[in-house]
Amino acid sequence: MLISDLIFETYLAVTANKARSVLTILGIVIGIGSVISMISVGQGAQSSIQSSIQSIGSNLILVMPGAQHEVGPGASLGRGSAETLTLDDADAIQKEISGVSAVAPENSRRYQVTAKGQNTNTQIVGTVPAYTSVRNLDIDEGSFITDEEVKSTARVAVIAPTTSSDLFGDGVDPIGKDIQIKQVDFKIIGLTKSKGGTGFGNQDDMIFIPISTAQRYLSGDNYITTISVQAQDQSSLSSVQQQITDLLLTRHKISNPQNADFSTLNQADIVQTASSVTGTFTILLAAIAGISLVVGGIGIMNMMLTTVTERTKEIGLRKAIGAKAADINLQFLMEATMLTFFGGVIGVILGWIISLAISKFAGIATTVSLFSIILAFGVSATIGIVFGYYPARRASKLNPIEALRYE
Amino acid sequence: MIELRNINKIYISDDVETQVLKNISFKIDKGEFVAITGPSGSGKSTIMHIIGALDSPTNGEYFLDGNDVSKLSDDELADIRRNKIGFVFQAFNLLPRATVLRNVTLPLVYAETVPEKRTEMAKKALLAAGLDENRWYHFSNQLSGGQMQRVAIARALVNNPSIILADEPTGNLDTKTGEIVLDTFQKLNREEGHTIILITHEYEVAKRANRIISIRDGMIVEDRNNF
Repeated sequence: MLISDLIFETYLAVTANKARSVLTILGIVIGIGSVISMISVGQGAQSSIQSSIQSIGSNLILVMPGAQHEVGPGASLGRGSAETLTLDDADAIQKEISGVSAVAPENSRRYQVTAKGQNTNTQIVGTVPAYTSVRNLDIDEGSFITDEEVKSTARVAVIAPTTSSDLFGDGVDPIGKDIQIKQVDFKIIGLTKSKGGTGFGNQDDMIFIPISTAQRYLSGDNYITTISVQAQDQSSLSSVQQQITDLLLTRHKISNPQNADFSTLNQADIVQTASSVTGTFTILLAAIAGISLVVGGIGIMNMMLTTVTERTKEIGLRKAIGAKAADINLQFLMEATMLTFFGGVIGVILGWIISLAISKFAGIATTVSLFSIILAFGVSATIGIVFGYYPARRASKLNPIEALRYE
Repeated sequence: MIELRNINKIYISDDVETQVLKNISFKIDKGEFVAITGPSGSGKSTIMHIIGALDSPTNGEYFLDGNDVSKLSDDELADIRRNKIGFVFQAFNLLPRATVLRNVTLPLVYAETVPEKRTEMAKKALLAAGLDENRWYHFSNQLSGGQMQRVAIARALVNNPSIILADEPTGNLDTKTGEIVLDTFQKLNREEGHTIILITHEYEVAKRANRIISIRDGMIVEDRNNF
């Protein structure tokens, strides 16, 4: 049988009973459409979480005080509650560890901030100039804290856009204005660019001041709350993390790593953990949508079995005029595959529209990837072959004499 | 051209053996017009199935154009049907919702004839079968019984087969239309030299052939010329 004949015969068979073909295709359309849109929701969530994690910096390792694990049973003391890291630790990391491009210690707490009657409670980050490169922070206006200001414990502040509009209102230039943090006067010297982040350490709602100033005027101690370390590249991330752990264990005179009074967190690990969570979430959504695809496939099989019974006499005739079993088999298999193929095409379009609608009306980020489209086509073609196989085989095995006698 | 030698056909169902054909032997030469006749249950349909390569005999030999066809596989039988045999059925068996031309070209689809030649071959066959040209683009279910059977005859002719096998071709037609269809067969045999085998239980129909083979209880009871 020529390919062109096979396609033409299939076209005629599919269009012979249009209403039935359309309803059968609809089953596949719904199945593929829901798989595509559900995967798009899952992958959208995955990429928005990943970009939110990436926005806090690149190749980042966070060192935080506090016990990693308590030995034996008992309540955790709370991460970050202990005061075990000092500026000397940060300097040591900078000097002694290779593969580190920048180190930014911070002393951050939440304080009440007031400016001309307005007040807000926000995160005050006492840090050093390297912070901007470590945390991918850009300056919109003015300048960031300089080394001189750190040395001289200057009372200057760099404000993030959300905090600025909370204190001064939208569109007001905050540079040069005065604010009080914990009743200490500060002059604003810079405004950071919005990062658009939400959740995970929102960097749009912060005030940055020199770390020395924070220690002297605000916290009144020498401890720091986080050391952000930027590794030179992604590949050295885990070796740098290990070197930091070893260095700090030595400096803090702790022999058993289980008793470490600090913890390190590597950005790649955070991304990986988040990805595995969203990956599971995506699979769950796809599996639920997949059920409707299976139901659609059963619809195909049902229709094909009906068709084979209805066309028994025709199959007998085709065999009598010389069709081989393989020809008949191919014709019915092609019919099922064509139904699922069209169902797949329309389903992909429908799924795409649904995912656009979800991101437009529900505000959830969605991503329709090439992978999910290829997957949908593969699955729909496979469904055509799997659920068309049995009916096609049944048709091809018909005895021509009995098929011709069938009424 | 057709030679059956000691053909036996035994059906087994529920451990009961039924011998439908008993030592059938005969020859049909090229260009003959033969009627195989007998009452229902005589075995004439089984003979037709074997000659038409739809079925194989339990034992015995069947030579078609010098080749033994009696022991071929299903796919090889399909090849024989496609290239050497044209069927005409009692119930016409046309594809509904398909034009006359598409019905006639259907065997060419399985013969993998190049598409450009098909319409020409179909038109030639339709002319030979005597169907008016103004019906060629009609759907087959818009035709009368006599016209449908002519389409079926054209379909049997289109691939230029060695034998045309007609199974009760007038069974669903009134006497007058039946006569016209039989005239068509006679004409194809006399003027174009086609070999025609007609299976019928009606003596009036069998009479139109040049040779009549009568079957009863699976055996040939008479084989005579009829001029």
